[in-house]
Amino acid sequence: MTDLATPPRATSRPNLSTARLKRRYRAETRFRIYGIAAIATALLMLAFLLGSIIHKGAGAFMQTEMSLSVPLKVAELDPEGTRDPVVLSKANYRKIVRTALRERFPEVSGRKNTRELAKIISSGSDLTLRNFVLENPERIGSDATLWFKTSADIDQLSKGNIPRDVPEADRRVSDKQIAWFDQLNSAGETRLSFNTTFFTSGDSREPEQAGVWGAVVGTALTLIVTLILSFPIGVMSAVYLEEFAPKNRWTDLIEVNINNLAAVPSIVFGLLGLAVFLNFFGLPRSAPLVGGLVLALMTLPTVIIAARAAMSSVPPSIREAALGVGASPLQTVTHHVLPLAMPGILTGTIIGMARALGETAPLLMIGMVAFIVDIPRGFTDAATVLPVQVFLWADAPERAFVERTSAAIMVLLAFLILMNLAAVLLRRKFERRW
Amino acid sequence: MKTKSLTLAAAATLAMIGAAEARDQIRIVGSSTVFPFSTAVAEQFGKSSSFSTPVVESTGTGGGMKLFCSGVGEDHPDVTNASRRMKKSEFENCAKKGIGITEVKIGFDGIVIANAKKGPDLDLSLEQLFLALAKEIPQGGKLIANPNKMWSDIDPSLPKTKIEVLGPPPTSGTRDAFVEIAMEGGCKTLAGAKELGLKKKACHAVREDGSFIEAGENDNLIVQKLEANPAAFGIFGFSFLDQNSDKVKGASIAGTPPEFEEIAAGNYPISRSLFFYVKQQHVGVIPGIKEFVTEFTSENAWGEDGYLVDKGLIPLPDADRAAMATQAQGLAPLSM
Repeated sequence: MTDLATPPRATSRPNLSTARLKRRYRAETRFRIYGIAAIATALLMLAFLLGSIIHKGAGAFMQTEMSLSVPLKVAELDPEGTRDPVVLSKANYRKIVRTALRERFPEVSGRKNTRELAKIISSGSDLTLRNFVLENPERIGSDATLWFKTSADIDQLSKGNIPRDVPEADRRVSDKQIAWFDQLNSAGETRLSFNTTFFTSGDSREPEQAGVWGAVVGTALTLIVTLILSFPIGVMSAVYLEEFAPKNRWTDLIEVNINNLAAVPSIVFGLLGLAVFLNFFGLPRSAPLVGGLVLALMTLPTVIIAARAAMSSVPPSIREAALGVGASPLQTVTHHVLPLAMPGILTGTIIGMARALGETAPLLMIGMVAFIVDIPRGFTDAATVLPVQVFLWADAPERAFVERTSAAIMVLLAFLILMNLAAVLLRRKFERRW
Repeated sequence: MKTKSLTLAAAATLAMIGAAEARDQIRIVGSSTVFPFSTAVAEQFGKSSSFSTPVVESTGTGGGMKLFCSGVGEDHPDVTNASRRMKKSEFENCAKKGIGITEVKIGFDGIVIANAKKGPDLDLSLEQLFLALAKEIPQGGKLIANPNKMWSDIDPSLPKTKIEVLGPPPTSGTRDAFVEIAMEGGCKTLAGAKELGLKKKACHAVREDGSFIEAGENDNLIVQKLEANPAAFGIFGFSFLDQNSDKVKGASIAGTPPEFEEIAAGNYPISRSLFFYVKQQHVGVIPGIKEFVTEFTSENAWGEDGYLVDKGLIPLPDADRAAMATQAQGLAPLSM
């Protein structure tokens, strides 16, 4: 009020000479350039990382196959003519495939050479043939031309990952094998087809038969357990601490501990899991149930902290209004605060889950770092997870696992993107503005 | 509402804890050297039989023994792999828990001293190897800290490069076998070592002054490091040399190169036997153990043309193999 009463003074403007003004503008431009440079560097690194993974791993989605005409002799497959699947599945398909291969290259003789020849076809070919015979028993007695996977070394050769121009002793495939493959190639009896095995089967010691599906299912089961445990427990703790708990020394102590727990290295949770869930409760080793429990312990603090932050950012006026029109504290929380805080809580949960998705260290202690071929069918079956699969393949001596490692990383990233997408959609659904 | 249903689901999950179903998979733990062979057999077994594929964990020989001997019951593994024979103390631990064991020797593995393809060719005697890697060596009538810095300090015929050897840590079975066979072997023949108290265990001490570098259990990593550093040597199993023959080469030991035929014939001095151990109490309880042993000891697997040879296993001589197969399939008990 008094300001208005005083007479207007002659305002003294700062002497902004053009030089100073220009300097200020320049500083501002520089600052923006730094910002853009920082973003560009980050993007470049990301592009480099993704580029190198995609470059290395793209090959794994394709698999070299060779066609081979196989005589399905009655005497070898079904001597009694019963067409009983049990009898059919017991025939010596390995021998049939090898004989067919030798007939394709009749000029090959000698034990050493035939052994070498057998190595150009996948050792899983007998299963391909067995499945074909079981599905088409009417074909027994005739010849069938089938596409078989080549062995991983030949596959790598055809993709150019094994150089041809080095001395024979320095590469995994011999000159003879290259000649045989080229012979097939020029006869049009090879093809590059989509590698469905990679997405449908579990782990294998033969690269061409190895897949990520077992690890994907294991990951899904583990994360379901983690989510089911950490989300409700985390949100309940956050609600109580934020809305109901008295502020005293004890709640302060709990808060400090939760913050500390969020920073504990994950291997510690693995040791805890080993001691408590395996040794004390006697839960099965390598099970997604135990993996999920351990990861839930690890994720809990993150969820609690995120949920508390989300709830404390709900304006107090909303709570006061709800209480003002006669809502009980419980109704205030469940009808108003929680729905409004939900987007933030979901974001925090997804961050926690994403961290859990990438963990291998705690799983090492509870036996989830293992060679597991069968696809897990439940929470107590032995299973492994995607990052562990990446770790195991990176450790395998066979060269064809190099591209499969990168391909598995791509699947892991896709899994992560899917999870984030779900989070974004859920957030959209719950988001409310005031 | 949502929270309520989620809480219920969580409660249901916790309730499942009590109801873990009976195990129908064989569980295998143990040596990382036997891991590639064990997994190959497990996979083949899963495919060709009606049983589920065994689960194989690579825990190291010592870690495997600990888990294996922790008790009888489906919480404990059925089979453990080992890249050395079971120790007496381990056997006693097992016996204390009432565990009956069948021992199966599956073949040999050579331990190779390898370097990059572009590095120098080396022919070492066990004695020279001991002088290069031992913590203390005899000189002038007493024990002194190993003074050898260059290979040429040991013998002028060896290359004039720094001694730099990457090897496995003490938890590894490869390390155990290396110190027992190579170090102890070299120490035994060294003049004057015995009089100074260098025998058996005393020979096992590996130098810690930076010439021997513990490179972890990952043999692939050692191969990569050797490729990057042609002056360095690495110690690992023969199967890794076999798979990476385009990148690394093995040094000859006492004139014998680390080759398949030489190791199989027993000429290559640093070779060891590989084993697996079966818990007898689990046979018939966990389905498929007997059949798994039969698959492992079939000619198709461990024979001279078997698939394990493709993975780098060096098979037992024919007669030993036949005897071992009968013994294994009859589940003969181990006694020590």
